[in-house]
Amino acid sequence: MAAYVLRRLGGAVAVLWAAFTVSYLILYLLPSDPVAIMLDQGAGGERVDPARVAELRERYGFDQGPVQQYLTLLGRTLTGDLGTSISSGAPVTGFIADAFPETAKLAGLALLLGLAGGVGIAVLASWTRAVWLRDLLLALPPLGVAVPGFWVGLVLLHLFSFTWFVFPAVGNEGFASLVLPAVTLAVGLAAVVAQVLSQGLREAWRAPYVETAFAKGSGRARVLGAHVVRNGSLPTVTVLGVLVGNLLGGTVVVETVFSRQGFGRLVENAVTTQDIPVVQGLVVVAAAVFVGTSLLVDLVHPLLDPRVLAGGHGRAGGGAR
Amino acid sequence: MTLTTSTPGAGPTADAAAAGGADDQAPSDALLRVRGLRVAYGAAEVVHGVDLDVRPGEVVALVGESGSGKSTTAHALIGLLPDGGRVTGGSAHLGTGQRSAALTGLLPDAWRRVRGVRVGLVPQDPGTALDPVVRVGEQVAEALVVHGTPRRAARERAVEILADVGLDRPRERARQYPHQLSGGMRQRVLVGIAMACEPELVIADEPTSALDVTVQRRVLDLLADLTGRAGTAVLLITHDLAVAADRADRVVVLKDGVVVEQGPAARVLGAPEHPYTRELVATVPGRNNVPSAYAPGAGATVGTGEKAAPSGAAVAATAAGTPDEGTTDGTSSEATAAGAIALGTAAVEPSPALIEVRGLVKEFRLGRRERLRAVDDVSFTVPRGSAFALVGESGSGKSTTARLVLGLDRPDAGVVELDGAPVGADRATRRRTQLVHQDPYSSLDPRFTVAAVVEEPLWAHRVGTRAERRDRVAQLLEQVHLSPDLAGRRPAELSGGQRQRVAIARALALDPELLVLDEPTSALDVSVQARVLELLARLRAERGLTYLFISHDLAVVRQVADHVGVLSGGRLVETGPVARVFDHPAHPYTAELIAAIPGARTPAHPDRKDLT
Repeated sequence: MAAYVLRRLGGAVAVLWAAFTVSYLILYLLPSDPVAIMLDQGAGGERVDPARVAELRERYGFDQGPVQQYLTLLGRTLTGDLGTSISSGAPVTGFIADAFPETAKLAGLALLLGLAGGVGIAVLASWTRAVWLRDLLLALPPLGVAVPGFWVGLVLLHLFSFTWFVFPAVGNEGFASLVLPAVTLAVGLAAVVAQVLSQGLREAWRAPYVETAFAKGSGRARVLGAHVVRNGSLPTVTVLGVLVGNLLGGTVVVETVFSRQGFGRLVENAVTTQDIPVVQGLVVVAAAVFVGTSLLVDLVHPLLDPRVLAGGHGRAGGGAR
Repeated sequence: MTLTTSTPGAGPTADAAAAGGADDQAPSDALLRVRGLRVAYGAAEVVHGVDLDVRPGEVVALVGESGSGKSTTAHALIGLLPDGGRVTGGSAHLGTGQRSAALTGLLPDAWRRVRGVRVGLVPQDPGTALDPVVRVGEQVAEALVVHGTPRRAARERAVEILADVGLDRPRERARQYPHQLSGGMRQRVLVGIAMACEPELVIADEPTSALDVTVQRRVLDLLADLTGRAGTAVLLITHDLAVAADRADRVVVLKDGVVVEQGPAARVLGAPEHPYTRELVATVPGRNNVPSAYAPGAGATVGTGEKAAPSGAAVAATAAGTPDEGTTDGTSSEATAAGAIALGTAAVEPSPALIEVRGLVKEFRLGRRERLRAVDDVSFTVPRGSAFALVGESGSGKSTTARLVLGLDRPDAGVVELDGAPVGADRATRRRTQLVHQDPYSSLDPRFTVAAVVEEPLWAHRVGTRAERRDRVAQLLEQVHLSPDLAGRRPAELSGGQRQRVAIARALALDPELLVLDEPTSALDVSVQARVLELLARLRAERGLTYLFISHDLAVVRQVADHVGVLSGGRLVETGPVARVFDHPAHPYTAELIAAIPGARTPAHPDRKDLT
């Protein structure tokens, strides 16, 4: 178990490092000059002063070689300093600290709603013997995957904010403002969860151990609860790590549609203004969230499926093929 | 999963009527009475009016090949037909008098009061029949909990049950998961689950066909012991006539959903009346080398025992019998020559060796420190044109040895020489040695046509022009007795026997000298198996092929091989000519293996005493 945890932790660190490095390569070494962009914004198209350009280059370390720059940045990031924003000069960590809790609330509620919806649909479809109901329930997930998030958001806004005035259309105040964006985000999540889970449950129902359980005299409810759900949910747990990461990406659209402050809006602003330190800070934080949830999933998995830890007992490698 | 109800609420009244009707042909003391049972999947009926009886405490074997409807019948009787399956006619009743209950047309709740309590099921594949994520003890306890035992008491009882079915350290085992148990132990757990509530009837659906022969014997012994003590009747579903002969009081032979013959085991298997039963009995491997030679007399020879022993006769054959079989086989003089070699001393090898294996070692890492020595100092020689069999149980290292011989894996020590030169992972070796896999259902690419499957090796080695290759494929298909019409089909459209013929044709495409046959018939029905073995014998004679035959089925080995090597725990514990090894095993493990061959448990048989 300890070896397993260490292996997973090592993997997580490696992924974080890779995310940092790749984002560095893309953001800093691509032929765009952040300083020029920054001065353009201030100067509104006038000619810029070369001395000022040089000074800024030095301040942000752009005058150093790429390897030196990379190492400096990596070292700073390791100490928790994500640098300062080019456009405002404020520390990037401050931006993220302000935005992150808002988004965490949104994503957390969306995760709850999405899981409840997805699991509900899949389990009900698996449980019911009414063919029409099963067919109806199983038609929902593909629909949910196909419909774009912003469209769902706009429809919800139209109905609940502008027609019935139930929930506020914009803003960050109170729980009510959280409901519509969370539902919008949850639709896609629920659809994927329902799809993966109902597939897993369908396979589990066909497994021989289900027959064994029935042969003992167990009823459908017991077989579903004791055997089918436990086995059928394993693939869903696996994809959940990825889905939580996707939620973060989904907030970019949803926070824009609902004019909420948060992580997604920050990403959108930083990208449009080419505020490179902020973008990279956000990439690293997003990667950390991704890695964290994946790690959590990996650590929970052996509790659900004892075979995970026993893995690797098969034939060792293909040899000389 | 459950039956659709054709007659809901079939109560005692309906029972009495049905039972009355059955009584005129059934022994009135029958525990299970099945009359005119019909089962259909959708519109297709697969069981056409089956009658059978099982008396209390009796073991009845339901035998037949795949597709005969034996498993469907069994599942109908416990209400667990797969989706789309339903009972369309007939009746089945369990118990007598007050305890009589219909087994057809039950509602789910009524089934729950039958399953487990009155009818237990031992499923087919211990590898998948236990829930992989639930502790073993919990799974045994579930059988009690669902019938009202409090959870704590059920857990305690589960540990006792695990001890009863012969698991060591039952308290520890109860806390383990299925993957931590061997196949034999898992099947013991499943027997324990089936017997947990001491039902009146246990349906055992091919309970040991996935197990090694010695494990199979122990599990069947356990089942016989437990059911015997509890007075439980057993309906044993099997395709293995030898198992039926060993274990059953009566045998019911099913063909295409119809009972063709039933009666006492000794009578049905010893002196079968129906031509189909005769064919089935005759094709049991090891019984005779010549499938066409089965004759009324053949039945008579084995019919002498109390229970018939189809393969017992062949196992008990003396060393002198081998050259005779070679000649009557009619394969060729080479077979006779090989037989003669088999009679010579093992140390002297008169013909040049095609394969020479010396001091082969292969280890696998299990964990950071643990290593498994899968092949441990194995040496043997296979003369050109002979057939060498490696036998042993799962995990004995026989498949690993085969991979090393083929150059598919590199040994940690030792050498494999092909015609005096070490084998490697090179294409020249590939051309000269070919493999036929165990499972023809997964060894053929489902998207390839038969012609493409057979042509692929030619294409991979850039042999011939397109037209030449096409001719060669046609020729190869003819050699394995496949109609040229099949060339355009895909594997899914073929039967198991046809697929294995395709696999053999593919292996022969490059004209190899050595064929490694990894359990080539273990996935096939007995009559199909007999035809494939016959084909292999003929090909070997015609083309002067050398065979390395991997098998756990000693009866098959006896039929096809000249020499045999017995592997146990990676070590070659015994080698020698087949007849000598089988009749006078020098190593206790070999003796155990031979004793475990089903069909050999006939105490009346005079030749068997030294083996058991």
